[in-house]
Amino acid sequence: VALACQYRIAVKNKKTALGAPEVMLGLLPGAGGTQRLPKLVPLQTALDMVLTGKNIKPDKAKKLGLVDHLVDPLGPGIDDPEVRTLAYLEDVAIGEAKRLATSSNPRPVKKKKLMDKVIDLVLAVPFTRDYFFDKVKQTVVKKTKGLYPAPLKIIDVVKNGIENPSTGYEMEAKCFGELAMTTESKALIGLYNGTTACKKNKYGSPSRPSQTIGVLGAGLMGAGIAQVSIDKNMHVLLKDMSLAGLARGEEQIFKGLQLDTKKRKITSFERDLIYSNLDATLSYDDFHKCDMVIEAVFEDLNIKHHVIKEVEQYIPEHCVFASNTSALPISKIATASKRPEKIIGMHYFSPVDKMQLLEIITTPETSKDTVATAVDVGLRQGKLVIIVGDGPGFYTTRILAPMLAEAVRLLQEGVNPQQLDKVTTGFGWPVGMATLADEVGIDVAAHVAEDLGKAFGSRFGGGDPAVLKEMVAAGLLGRKSGKGCFVYDPSKGKKKGKTENMEALAILNQHRLTPTSANTTEDYQYRLFSRFVNEAIMCLQEGILTTPLEGDIGAVFGLGFPPFFGGPFRYIDLHGAGQLVDRMRRYEQIYGEQFTPCQLLLDHAKDSSKKFHSSK
Amino acid sequence: MASPVLSAVKYANVTKGFLRDAVRCVSTTSSLQSPRRPKTGGKNIVLVEGVRTPFLQSGTTYKDLMPHDLARTALKGLLKRTDVNKSDVEYVVFGTVIQEVNTSNVAREASLGAGFSQKTPAHTVTQACISSNQAITTCIGLIASGQADAVIAGGVETMSDVPIRWGRKLRQMALKMNRTKGVQNQLSLLFRTLASKPALLEIPAVAEFSTGEVMGHSADRLCAAFGISRIEQDEYALRSHSKAHWASEKGLLSDVLPYKVPGVADTVVKDNGIRPSTIEQMSKLKAAFIKPHGTITAANSSFLTDGASACLLMTEEKALELGYKPKAYLREFVYVSQDPKDQLLLGPAYATPKVLERAGLAMSDISVFEFHEAFAGQILANLKAMDSDYFAKTYMNRTEKVGTPDLSKFNLWGGSLSIGHPFGATGVRLITTAANRLADEDGQFALVAACAAGGIGHGMIVERYPQK
Repeated sequence: VALACQYRIAVKNKKTALGAPEVMLGLLPGAGGTQRLPKLVPLQTALDMVLTGKNIKPDKAKKLGLVDHLVDPLGPGIDDPEVRTLAYLEDVAIGEAKRLATSSNPRPVKKKKLMDKVIDLVLAVPFTRDYFFDKVKQTVVKKTKGLYPAPLKIIDVVKNGIENPSTGYEMEAKCFGELAMTTESKALIGLYNGTTACKKNKYGSPSRPSQTIGVLGAGLMGAGIAQVSIDKNMHVLLKDMSLAGLARGEEQIFKGLQLDTKKRKITSFERDLIYSNLDATLSYDDFHKCDMVIEAVFEDLNIKHHVIKEVEQYIPEHCVFASNTSALPISKIATASKRPEKIIGMHYFSPVDKMQLLEIITTPETSKDTVATAVDVGLRQGKLVIIVGDGPGFYTTRILAPMLAEAVRLLQEGVNPQQLDKVTTGFGWPVGMATLADEVGIDVAAHVAEDLGKAFGSRFGGGDPAVLKEMVAAGLLGRKSGKGCFVYDPSKGKKKGKTENMEALAILNQHRLTPTSANTTEDYQYRLFSRFVNEAIMCLQEGILTTPLEGDIGAVFGLGFPPFFGGPFRYIDLHGAGQLVDRMRRYEQIYGEQFTPCQLLLDHAKDSSKKFHSSK
Repeated sequence: MASPVLSAVKYANVTKGFLRDAVRCVSTTSSLQSPRRPKTGGKNIVLVEGVRTPFLQSGTTYKDLMPHDLARTALKGLLKRTDVNKSDVEYVVFGTVIQEVNTSNVAREASLGAGFSQKTPAHTVTQACISSNQAITTCIGLIASGQADAVIAGGVETMSDVPIRWGRKLRQMALKMNRTKGVQNQLSLLFRTLASKPALLEIPAVAEFSTGEVMGHSADRLCAAFGISRIEQDEYALRSHSKAHWASEKGLLSDVLPYKVPGVADTVVKDNGIRPSTIEQMSKLKAAFIKPHGTITAANSSFLTDGASACLLMTEEKALELGYKPKAYLREFVYVSQDPKDQLLLGPAYATPKVLERAGLAMSDISVFEFHEAFAGQILANLKAMDSDYFAKTYMNRTEKVGTPDLSKFNLWGGSLSIGHPFGATGVRLITTAANRLADEDGQFALVAACAAGGIGHGMIVERYPQK
């Protein structure tokens, strides 16, 4: 509606954001959005807005011409500041309206920049116009791999609006209807609803919301956890064993905040204020103030036990102890504790300040208030929180492991890492499997594969665990050691510096297996995908997950499950279990029981009316 | 005007415990018949005299002077006016805001230049627009703790010349250049620095460091929050100019010293920013900060000013011993502070009730109000805040509104809007004016209040020295 007006006034505060977010739900900006926006702002800007759905802050919006006038928010006065601000907005709007009505030149036309003039020129000629839109389309296809229908439709609708203004609105409405019926849109809307649900604390408010949080270990994770806590006004004691380790962590946090300052998300003063919430320390002296301790030390049960025993000498009675582990069972960690009801798992994803997901792991002994406290902290840290049961690998690590095993198998069958990346990104995973393994760390992957392999047996088979072990032994630990599946040369930049690693290929050659009949790209994709989905559904069947919704959110936001499928459960609902079971049966014939579909999946295949998500 | 004794009885009824104070007061300083408790370590502190240079708009007659020149002139004028023996002055404190880096302890440079004993220490304080209030209360602290019996507090500001600096990278280059040997190396350093596209200049702004907001911008939002219209502000500004004009013409601004500026033929004898205009003319001006719909303009804001002030403070005993007839007692004072963004200029609204309560006085006991006028809208916002039950309950933790000062007793000789506001020097002008008005208007108590950058506020009770 606002776009249709002649003049727009916005309140300038952090809450105000303008944008056309529909694309994120697999839709297009309806009600004239695709038609009016390009007239208001330069076409490039308009396309950027409708194709990415990004939010634009008031200052930027004014610069772009999206709004004509900004009103500053008011502070304390003779009435509630918000009420006063709105009244003020109204006063200013009335004043401006009067001015517009009487002035001869109410809305001075902005001088166009040279670049915009060139674009205008390009658009005026049909030939160059086609070329321009084709270019845009190419970029979109490259980014989305052609898996999302909405952006392409949006380009068509915008182009049509410029070529045939008379049919613009009509075509927009028609395409909107078409997009709304796509599975992609349904999946994305499902995800949106899911994120809303995961921003609520279903355990209610904790008896004592945590104000002071101790973080043990100033490594990448520890410092990340500290950063997302201090900027939400929690006081953090960041403890490390060495001054050097601590300094590295402090530097990471300051750099993170400095980046926000440069991006103008916060002012330099806010940065200083936030940074004052951090107390970096080498001792436990102040840990009696902690309401919660989150440990992010090395992933080793003995070390975790040692840390629990040590810290429990200092922390107060009510203090919750959370372990940031990706695979060690919490109940095993809790055996070292005097108070197992206060022990909980909080599995953060790296990098902590970017990844939205937090997986909270409870054991049967964990008290309800402990869960409520942990969820409360997670939500305040701005995380999407899923709560899962304890077990090897919990939920996210567990469902990733079979897929990883299958990836190793593919590598052994002669698919090289670059191809593996292409196969997976082509299916909609944001990061290729080989790159992901390097990012996570080959050593971590090997560790997890071994542990979970032991726990779950042949269902986690596929690739030969020896491959990963030999890579670790050869020092190919992934990005952190400079080489894993790929070799990384930071001096050549992110993309160019990444090349195939001959050492890794040599190890793979030693374990070479003959490819089977299931060797098309599609087979590769579904061999990976089906094991992932099957394991996710198994987690629900076994009660690790309490709701399919959390399973979807965890898979998409923690592991990058293709968002347009909406998560493993939404995928089954939208695309049917039958076709997946058929594929799995075929692979089962070739490879064995790692492809055996679980009972719950079979139930859904048998009765296609069964859905994980109740339809609204 | 009720007699002091009568009012003491009245307060005893109003404020529990006050009688006790009054009794103590009477018993310790029986000769002074003051009904207020002396809160200053058993010593009564008096204002002997206060003076100031004429306050001039920046860039006018004082434009070639340095801050210590103005400060020295104020000190010399104070010496002449009081005829105090230089060796009797034990300490000098000055307030200033924008420091001249060559004379960062301007109090010392000015007092040495004015011929004070080299053995009289001096220091400089800063607290934005209440810097010389801080100089006064620092002196009160020195006296109360027994460090000194006679001190001078003052303030100075020159906005005609502010320290405009090179950008940081250029400054670093300049420092490094000293240590770089050889023309070739020096040139290489120069080119490397220039290649990094350094910021050329840093110019100080009247803006909050913590929020980055210019003060006028915050004031404009403040006016909107309190629903203060443009016309109300223009009317108040006009009132300030008219009253200042009247007081100046009548010769009431007796604290002003004549100043013969070297190189300028005519001696400066009065402030040059007092310009009563008309509402019509004022309403033609465009908004200065929030454009175009803001309400604050050049005409309803205080202007950039150059000037200096100084006052002589003593213990009552010392003043009497040296044969002075003091102007006033300096009584209770408070500093307050709040949110530097949204309540930047509301200091007086918070300081007023607090200082009244400390002194055991009611608003109705005050016969002279001297408030610093940063912006007309700021004064009106403070008055409205004190008149609002909502504001009192929500932000001041009070059960009901403070109540507003009687405007017929308020800034009757003009204020910072018209007389001018040299940041560091205004505090002494407020105190001196309050004392002079108490004598002129035959009042007993004056309340001085001011706001300052950083969301800080100050309030002080001044009591007229009894007439014998």
